[in-house]
Amino acid sequence: MPANDRVVFENVSKFYGDVLGVNKVNLSIPPGITSLVGPNGSGKTTLMNLMSGLIRPSRGRITVLGIRTDQPDELFRYLGYCTQFDSFPKGFTGYQFVYSYLRLYGCAHGEAEELTWKAIERVGMMDAARRKIAGYSKGMRQRIKLAQSTCHGPSVLVLDEPLNGLDPLVRAETIALFRTLAEDGMHIIISSHILHEVDAISDQVILLSNGYVVAEGKIAGVRSEMQDHPMQILIRCNRPQELAAKVFAQESVVEAQIHKDGLGLLVKTRDANRFYLMLNHIAQNGVSIESVAPADDDVNSVYDYLIGSEEPQK
Amino acid sequence: MNPLWIVQTLAVLRLELRKTFFSKRGFWIYLLALAPVVLFTGHSLLEMKNHRVCDFGQDTNIFATVFQIFFIRLGVFFGCVGIFMNLFRGEVLDKSLHYYFLAPIRREVLLVGKFLAGLLATIVIFTSSAMLQFIGMYLHHGWNVVSDYLGSGNGLSHLIAYLGVTVLACIGYGSVFLASGVAFRNPLIPAGVILVWESINSFLPAILQKFSVIYYLKSLCPIQIDPHAGSFFSLLSINADPMPAYIAVPGLILLAVAVLVLASFQVRRMEINYATE
Repeated sequence: MPANDRVVFENVSKFYGDVLGVNKVNLSIPPGITSLVGPNGSGKTTLMNLMSGLIRPSRGRITVLGIRTDQPDELFRYLGYCTQFDSFPKGFTGYQFVYSYLRLYGCAHGEAEELTWKAIERVGMMDAARRKIAGYSKGMRQRIKLAQSTCHGPSVLVLDEPLNGLDPLVRAETIALFRTLAEDGMHIIISSHILHEVDAISDQVILLSNGYVVAEGKIAGVRSEMQDHPMQILIRCNRPQELAAKVFAQESVVEAQIHKDGLGLLVKTRDANRFYLMLNHIAQNGVSIESVAPADDDVNSVYDYLIGSEEPQK
Repeated sequence: MNPLWIVQTLAVLRLELRKTFFSKRGFWIYLLALAPVVLFTGHSLLEMKNHRVCDFGQDTNIFATVFQIFFIRLGVFFGCVGIFMNLFRGEVLDKSLHYYFLAPIRREVLLVGKFLAGLLATIVIFTSSAMLQFIGMYLHHGWNVVSDYLGSGNGLSHLIAYLGVTVLACIGYGSVFLASGVAFRNPLIPAGVILVWESINSFLPAILQKFSVIYYLKSLCPIQIDPHAGSFFSLLSINADPMPAYIAVPGLILLAVAVLVLASFQVRRMEINYATE
């Protein structure tokens, strides 16, 4: 049984010769969906390869559920890794790819066969399972890798750009699958370039830049700690001009803009909590407020503020 | 119920056998194994066509020379280079090694599984070749002469010895080239160095001779090539201090085990970084 339920990096650095992979990473990742976000070369794949033992840290220590990453015989009983490598053992069919992995795992023929079909069915590849992988589309290869990484029922699932190449329908089904697995208590650690999807599925994010972790945690929490960037709040109301005049009187408000559809006000404030209290007071004095929502506490905004200048990612 | 490591070794073996036997990359190994068979069979067929029969003793010496100088030193040697060096190296080049490294299997078990697969492939290919060479060489002497040689002469023991030496050559060279494939990016360099080392073995001090595969194999060959024949080949095959079989066989196996243990340390530390290959 695993010693704990965390994926832990303790002061981990990885250098490829003189080139920095990641530096001084300290993380303790809880169960749920965690997204690694950062530009190309920021260290996302390096972190994933480190936690799966494919590469060794130059410094520091990594444990997955208390298991050291240099013990593959233990580690991969609990961890599944869907890599970005788009190469497969030669001549394999989709079925053989998953089945042979389960035989390596130690399953007997019958059990391996049963688990293989379950995993293949989960990713909707039943019809193509007997075909050679060499003839698969990018999306099919992605799905068969997903089947292989989940076939043994791991507790930690590491997915490097798992949504790449998937069509919108399969993408939605795959995201729903991740959700279901996470709700069952699994760790799902994803790297993705598609920020709005990261935002929709993640319980927490780890933002990386140039090999350093620049922020981690729940997106709202990360956003609230960014004091340099006033919080943006969109207020939908019937009389935005009147509301603008009132909110401007507040010291914490640094900017207020009428929304382009004329039915809302976008406010930038340095103290969101005080602003919400003040808004209650205004609402009781004639302005009809329909909705109030933060406008920049999503991954996209946080990414833009912290890393955005390095490389645009949309 | 078998222990897990046996189940996993067999799983690796199943996966690897298909690759080692049927890889397009290894096609030339079959040609290498077939070359002396074609040579000897061609010789016999030619003699039969001309209604001639060669001197039996001379044929036996020719077989011994080709076996030692070409078959073991070049055929089995390069066959093992082609099969064993690619067990890890080939997968790194194909970018498929992570398939194994992401399975819950000890790297040592993976190494053993791959080694056994390579060994089985080379043994099947090269002992078949040795057997066919033997048949091909004596084909033109007629069944009566050959059955006498096998039944009441030294023929059977010689054949068994040749097959045994072939198996031991696969074990010895296999372990060395598996280790080289794990340790070096460019396998041609260590293969070249080992080829030179094995070739100059006869000229090395006695103590250094023992750190080679060919030293033990030469000791086990049933017919020693006459060192006074004066040819270059006879110089290569000089074995001034032959090792008795009861030491040579375990000695070679121990050498192979030691090399595999060293390789297992290297495999444990191996990282997947295809970008730098």
